[in-house]
Amino acid sequence: MTVQANDQGLSLPASSLASLRPVLEWLARRAEPVVISLGAVIAGLALFSLFILAIGKSPVTLFQLMYTGGFGSWFSVQNSLSRAAPLLLTALCVALPARLGLVIIGGEGAVVLGGVAAAAAAMPFVGSVPPLLLFIVMATAAMLVGAVWIGFAGFLRHYRGVNETISSLLLAYIAIALMNQFVEGVLRDPASLNKPSTKPLPAQYMMGDIPGMDVHWGLVIGVLACILSWVLIEITSYGFAARIAGGNVRAAQIQGLPVGRLIVGFTGLAGSFAGLAGMIEVAAVQGAANGSLAAGYGYTGILVAFLARHNPLAIIPVAILLGGIEASGGLIQRRMGLPDATVLVLQGTLFIVILFCETFYGRFRIFNPDLWKRS
Amino acid sequence: MDDSGIGIWGVPLAIFSGAIRVSTPFIFVSLGETITERSGRINLGLEGTLVFGAMTAYAVAVMTGSPALGVLAAMAAGAVFGTIHGWICKWPKVNDIAIGIAMMQFGLGLAFFLGKSFIQPVAPKLPSIPLGGWASSPQVQAALNINVLFFIGAALAVFLWWAFKNTRVGLILRVVGDSTDAARAMGIHPDRIRLLATAVGGALAAIGGAYLSLYYPGSWNEGISSGQGLMAVALVIFARWNPIGCFLAALLFGGAGALGPALQSVGVTQGYYLFYAAPYVLTLAILIATSSPTRSLAGAPGALSLTK
Amino acid sequence: MTKLLSMNRRSFLQTSAAGLAAGTVPALFGSGAAAQTALTVGFIYVGPKDDYGYNQAHAEGAAVIKAMPGVTLVEEENVPETVDVQKTMESMINLDGATLLFPTSFGYFDPHMLAMAAKHPDIQFRHCGGLWQAGKNPMNTGSYFGYIGQGQYLNGIAAAYATKSKKIGFVAAKPIPQVVQNINSFLLGARSVDPAITCQVIFTGEWSLAVKEAEATNALIDQGADVITCHVDSPKVVVETAAGRGAFVCGYHANQSALAKDKYLTGAEWAWGNVYTNFIKSAQGGQKLGNFVRGGLKDGFVKMSPLGPAVSAEGRKKFDATLAEIMAGKFSVFKGPIKDNKGNVVVTAGTALPEDAIELESMGYLVEGVVGSTS
Repeated sequence: MTVQANDQGLSLPASSLASLRPVLEWLARRAEPVVISLGAVIAGLALFSLFILAIGKSPVTLFQLMYTGGFGSWFSVQNSLSRAAPLLLTALCVALPARLGLVIIGGEGAVVLGGVAAAAAAMPFVGSVPPLLLFIVMATAAMLVGAVWIGFAGFLRHYRGVNETISSLLLAYIAIALMNQFVEGVLRDPASLNKPSTKPLPAQYMMGDIPGMDVHWGLVIGVLACILSWVLIEITSYGFAARIAGGNVRAAQIQGLPVGRLIVGFTGLAGSFAGLAGMIEVAAVQGAANGSLAAGYGYTGILVAFLARHNPLAIIPVAILLGGIEASGGLIQRRMGLPDATVLVLQGTLFIVILFCETFYGRFRIFNPDLWKRS
Repeated sequence: MDDSGIGIWGVPLAIFSGAIRVSTPFIFVSLGETITERSGRINLGLEGTLVFGAMTAYAVAVMTGSPALGVLAAMAAGAVFGTIHGWICKWPKVNDIAIGIAMMQFGLGLAFFLGKSFIQPVAPKLPSIPLGGWASSPQVQAALNINVLFFIGAALAVFLWWAFKNTRVGLILRVVGDSTDAARAMGIHPDRIRLLATAVGGALAAIGGAYLSLYYPGSWNEGISSGQGLMAVALVIFARWNPIGCFLAALLFGGAGALGPALQSVGVTQGYYLFYAAPYVLTLAILIATSSPTRSLAGAPGALSLTK
Repeated sequence: MTKLLSMNRRSFLQTSAAGLAAGTVPALFGSGAAAQTALTVGFIYVGPKDDYGYNQAHAEGAAVIKAMPGVTLVEEENVPETVDVQKTMESMINLDGATLLFPTSFGYFDPHMLAMAAKHPDIQFRHCGGLWQAGKNPMNTGSYFGYIGQGQYLNGIAAAYATKSKKIGFVAAKPIPQVVQNINSFLLGARSVDPAITCQVIFTGEWSLAVKEAEATNALIDQGADVITCHVDSPKVVVETAAGRGAFVCGYHANQSALAKDKYLTGAEWAWGNVYTNFIKSAQGGQKLGNFVRGGLKDGFVKMSPLGPAVSAEGRKKFDATLAEIMAGKFSVFKGPIKDNKGNVVVTAGTALPEDAIELESMGYLVEGVVGSTS
């Protein structure tokens, strides 16, 4: 980049660059989030280095290990992708309602109940239907339950005036209690001794890995869901209506938009994605529903969505970044003898700085072509 | 054989004593968050502040032998966390909810990291006031052994309720919380007020943590909090930003939480997960019953991002 | 089946003895450590390494082998029972060169460790608490566990001499066989002294939930229980709360006498250092590692905390006599006739289940005199 911004604006020779100008404008507008995000990551890592220095360890070693553990080899890349997979769907559970101005923090509830519903729905069909059909049955059940769970928070918000943040959080705790009651009660497989679980899926009914990779199909499903959500928000009229309603409910109602249906629809869809994450945990990882469904994916998804500024496409790289940090966290523990909490400190520092750097959006003239030609 | 137990009376007694024992962290965190939210800012990261406060209080109590110093140190640490949150959020376009979640991770991480060496030592506990000397039953005596922080929390709730209405500081807080522009027009610096409100909120939340580690359950390990900080933030909305409401909501929540163990102890042993969900179900039910689409946000600060 | 499994146990003990011998041979020639095979061992914990309980007991065992010549120890804590633990195992194999892994949480066994074992047939996996089955599970896997129920039986004896109310209390996490067996053993130990004693149990539903554990302890004491023990991951809270209320305490997992002072009667502790030392010696000596390894007090897998000052002379006598009987190896905690607390006969008259009886590992009933329910 040789282009320099200053208070006088850019002094580009208009004649020679006139033809290039649209390209530069396009580049400049898209460069803003990339440059700011990268700058934020670097600043965050620098800040974290100070912490590492303060405890007498080498930040250089740490960053080398992070690279090795997160992205340094094909194995590490797949490790990061595996950890990112469930976060794609749970982040959507936050990002979609956010378009309507709703803050949903209870995606965890839809994940665990989705997992239980998937496992329960599979039971009568195991052995009698082909795997693909079983997955469809499981996914449908999980998405329905997830949609009802989070959609209920949306419903309460619109029709009863109940704050969706608190209701979704309460519903998450209730969901985890229900899940435990189910897997240790009526749905418990008597053969699951010290880890109460539902009856496990036979091996041929496990979803398996993406061909040529060590990552389960949940990654593909998650990426597809992100793309579909982006299309829904950015291209369809529903997304447009949601953005208006998110900006100003009154204005949307005056314009005749069905705000209630939009809210229930978006929260329902969001919940169905979280429910699907639960189904994938059962069908691709655990083979049964059990307490491990409450692994915190729903809560981590909140952070991913906010870091991605609720943009479904941005969720993909953010989730992979988070997966990479978690994947490298193990290596840091093992090689440097640092406790697991180190990774939490790193995540906290990094995310605080990234979120803080949102304040720089629109502050640099170089990224705003409208301000280039002032002279 | 059963003369030492108190049978079915154990349930109401457990709910009463549970309400007092378990509620104190909720009281402090929700009062702190009420001050913060009244100023128009939300700090969702008080769970991190609470746990960091718990660690700090325990560590300082171990090192100095004084639990009171532990509480003071926790307050200072909590104020620092609040100040950081408040300073970051004063910048335009920075989302206070998201910063809160990131601060929660930071606080938890730092607390676990620095707290490693304090898991083994035993810290001196905060003193309690034995109010049950008149009772013959040791169970009632134990239930009336009430920590001084509980009374401070109760007094603070009443004081804040009064202060929001009747003091200049309370008025400034409300103006800032309702409209940034109106506050500016009155010559108040909204960012400065919000910074202070968030710092005070952090300090109070850290007292809640100190109660956990220095009194009940009175221990420091990484599992000391089970989401009390997050839940307390939710209780503020439930209590509609009313300090007395926060106090009552915390009592309700603590009492309902004692139901599960108490019922099992008298032989109601089936479906305990459902009893354990009682506080959440009860809170949700009351919330639904008392809300309506038209007056849902009564009492909500106008500038609050969570309820716009 | 039982025979085969117990044979495996014996062969392990022989093997480890042989390994010990093999280890001493080079020492005779003065080459000591240099002759030891370099071995990288991975330990995975489900919670923090220092929890005053379950994970700490394993980490202390790991610390013992860390000091052995030729051993490189890699550890990771707070690893959830999800795809994370699979990737952690693989990361230890691929990036650290670990050839022997100890995933120490029950939930790591199926499907996570089994999946990794199938993928890495050259790596040895030994799991704590799982029920390894010959023919069903791969030969490069195995499970080890200790008969800590014997320890809870001895806890019960100490409790019986200390209780005045004839009610003792048990704070339990989840109604699973390992926990249920401990509850039953605790009561049977107490009833071997006084058949009028009953044991109240409260399940908290989670492995680590500080406030609820404290509430459960208080509820037990309010109902007249005056001796408390527990089976949760971190007994610190239960021990301190009970002692604070003036009740006597029996410890679990680790020695908690410092937390309860003179209220501490005794405690059932793990002695994983011995178990891991045996495994490492076998591995370094090129011996085959056992696939189904079990042991109790006499095998050095479990130990008792020293008796506290509150145990009466009479109690000491009975305790020591029973301990001697256990050490002699002819002891059964479960001697028929035993009824469950619903009145069904679960162990018929004349049947005595030895400590290694495999049916004990799938116990689902609470014996008569236990007040509580498993669902």
